[in-house]
Amino acid sequence: MRPLTEEETKVFFQKLAQYIGRNIVHLINRPDDTYCFRLHNNRVYYVSEKIMKKATCIGRDQLLSLGVCFGKFTKTGKFRLHITSLDYLAQYAKYKIWVKPNGEMPFMYGNHVLKAHLGRITEDTPEHQGAIIYSMNDVPLGFGVTARSTSDCRKLDPTGIVVFHQADIGEYLRGEETLL
Amino acid sequence: MGRRAKNKQADPLPLEQTLKRKSSESNNNKNKRAKKAQAQKAKNPPKKQPQQPKKEKAQKKEDDEEEFVIKRNNKIDDESWDNVETIQDDDEDDEFDDIDEFDDVDNDEYVIKKTSFNFGSDEENEEEEEEELEIEKEARELDERQKEDEKLAEEELKINVAETEKMVLTSGQEIEKDSMMAPDLTLIQQRIQDIIKILNNFREMRDPEMSRTDYMDQLKKDLCQYYGYNDYLLSKFLDLFPINEAIEFFEANEVPRPIVIRANTLKTRRRDLAQALINRGVNLEPIGKWSKVGLQIFDSPVPIGATPEYLAGHYMLQAASSFLPVMALAPQENERILDMCSAPGGKTSYISALIKNTGCVFANDANKDRIKAVIANIHRLGIKNAVVCNYDGREFPNVIGGFDRVLLDAPCSGTGVIAKDPSVKVNKSEQDFQMVTQIQKELLLSAIDSVDANSKTGGYIVYSTCSITVEEDEEVVNYALRKRPNVKLVPTGLDFGKEGFTSFRGKTFNPSLKLTRRYYPHTHNMDGFYVSKFKKFSNKIPKVNKEEDEEEKDVEENTVVEEEIKFDDEEDAKIIKAEEEKRLKRKGIKPSNNKKKNNNKK
Repeated sequence: MRPLTEEETKVFFQKLAQYIGRNIVHLINRPDDTYCFRLHNNRVYYVSEKIMKKATCIGRDQLLSLGVCFGKFTKTGKFRLHITSLDYLAQYAKYKIWVKPNGEMPFMYGNHVLKAHLGRITEDTPEHQGAIIYSMNDVPLGFGVTARSTSDCRKLDPTGIVVFHQADIGEYLRGEETLL
Repeated sequence: MGRRAKNKQADPLPLEQTLKRKSSESNNNKNKRAKKAQAQKAKNPPKKQPQQPKKEKAQKKEDDEEEFVIKRNNKIDDESWDNVETIQDDDEDDEFDDIDEFDDVDNDEYVIKKTSFNFGSDEENEEEEEEELEIEKEARELDERQKEDEKLAEEELKINVAETEKMVLTSGQEIEKDSMMAPDLTLIQQRIQDIIKILNNFREMRDPEMSRTDYMDQLKKDLCQYYGYNDYLLSKFLDLFPINEAIEFFEANEVPRPIVIRANTLKTRRRDLAQALINRGVNLEPIGKWSKVGLQIFDSPVPIGATPEYLAGHYMLQAASSFLPVMALAPQENERILDMCSAPGGKTSYISALIKNTGCVFANDANKDRIKAVIANIHRLGIKNAVVCNYDGREFPNVIGGFDRVLLDAPCSGTGVIAKDPSVKVNKSEQDFQMVTQIQKELLLSAIDSVDANSKTGGYIVYSTCSITVEEDEEVVNYALRKRPNVKLVPTGLDFGKEGFTSFRGKTFNPSLKLTRRYYPHTHNMDGFYVSKFKKFSNKIPKVNKEEDEEEKDVEENTVVEEEIKFDDEEDAKIIKAEEEKRLKRKGIKPSNNKKKNNNKK
């Protein structure tokens, strides 16, 4: 377990900013407690400093998770957000997309969001922008990257893709092994 | 149409009446009750569980659904029942003449059964209806066959008691025959009933030639065969319960416990969750007064472990029994808590939910594969204060100590969850029990040592198992009380459950053990479970006297012996001999007197 290097921080924040923009500040400067990002086994964990200090007692091999896992660095040095970060992403999301009830299951099985399933969308969402997917009753379902801007969406035919799938909560079932 | 068929056409009794009659019926002789249990078993077993509560539900919703119910009832009466009857008439017409004389006795029960069934199927969809009818038919046939048998048996009993008893205890020849043929379950069931009857009224009904042990031996043999337990485990249960309760326990192990979910208060409220699930067509109800977060699922058109609500972390699938240790632990906000054996994370997440993500929860488990489930679950449920680690629990005070509270849900033989995992019935031997109790004792001691007695709010340890044998429960707790005089038992804070044993088969335990709680499948309709709660009042471990020290060594070395048996038998024999002498010395018997005996044993 160690703090992120400057290079890693840059890559990680770049990715994070795609989804929550400048709200990253809120993750770091919290009124209740000091929180920090820690790297362990190539995964980035977001955890309060108190818990982090207590967890230093635990050996490197035995420590498997602390706080909330945000994602992991790939072998090529890129960062991949995991579905486990959804709680925080949803809290600070800049662009939101709501899918209709009939689109919930297709998305949770790992498919892209189609125009036909699009319920609502944040206005002025640009193209290729990270966005959080919600169900119509505001339960976050996952996140993805927009394929079209809001204005382009209007002209799209029903089978056209609106959001490229990145991660969805169905992964808790499908990919329990890979989350670790 | 026979008289029997007419009965089936009778109007359903009002619910209260049905229930009343049912209860009065249950007071009838045991034969009838057992009969019913078997008939129910023959019906689709998983369905049986939801039926009872559904009856209540049906009553509640009567107003809304009256029309629907009526329609359904008509349907059942007009079409399906007719079909069944015609089929049945073919089969049974010739039988009726024989049975007719008993019919009057049977009628009552018959009506009751039918009506209660009608109630159950009111809310079910069409497919299930058809299925159930078929099942019901089978059940009825089985029932009738059995009734016939039993009638005959009863008559025999009336005519000549001795004759029945002759039938009860098989001769060597017959046993031989038995082992060659496939076992006839109805016969065995009948014999079990008879022996129990005799045992209950031993003085009058016994055959003077037979001793109680003869009867017990036969009963054990039959129970083993009928329920499929191994001898060792069966004797354990018979020691634990009186015979009638033991049968109830075995029966309860044949039906699954209800599915229970725990609303995750970090993300939702129970009422909202219930509404969301009802909208998906799930049939549920609050679990009881003792829990504010539990919901019992009766039936569901969607898989409960894969709904969007589940994936969004609004609830956790968790057995009712596993709420108990966490409720006993009663974690407070801002505490540091250790869950020693945490997989798959149900209890850990409940702890986190209770302390509202404050403080810190260490989730430990020795099994790395099962830990993956813990990580997935705590992330799904939105828990942010957890640290997951993979140690053997026994290393614990050395890794990190000073916890406010420790929960130890120890690995166990699983004798309380036979309904969930029937393989326990056959694959547990005496050695397994020794091994597992040894680990439990060590874990409990390290759990006690990991707690900080000076904690302002805490200083508590909860020890629980999903096993109901005394070896894994009271004996372990008693052991810990002896080894660690700096802890005492305190009330668990659970207002139901049976008190723990303070003495069991000649062993006496600390009287405070009655503060612990036992839960049984047949009395509480949850998995068999044991919960005890300690309070640590000093961090110093007072010096335990020498004798007990020796005992610990004894226990530790015993396991070593087991492991080494494969490598060096001679060496082991020496150790065993030495240990045997030590043990006898402790009992106050001079080893020299018993040497012969020991040698014989070896």
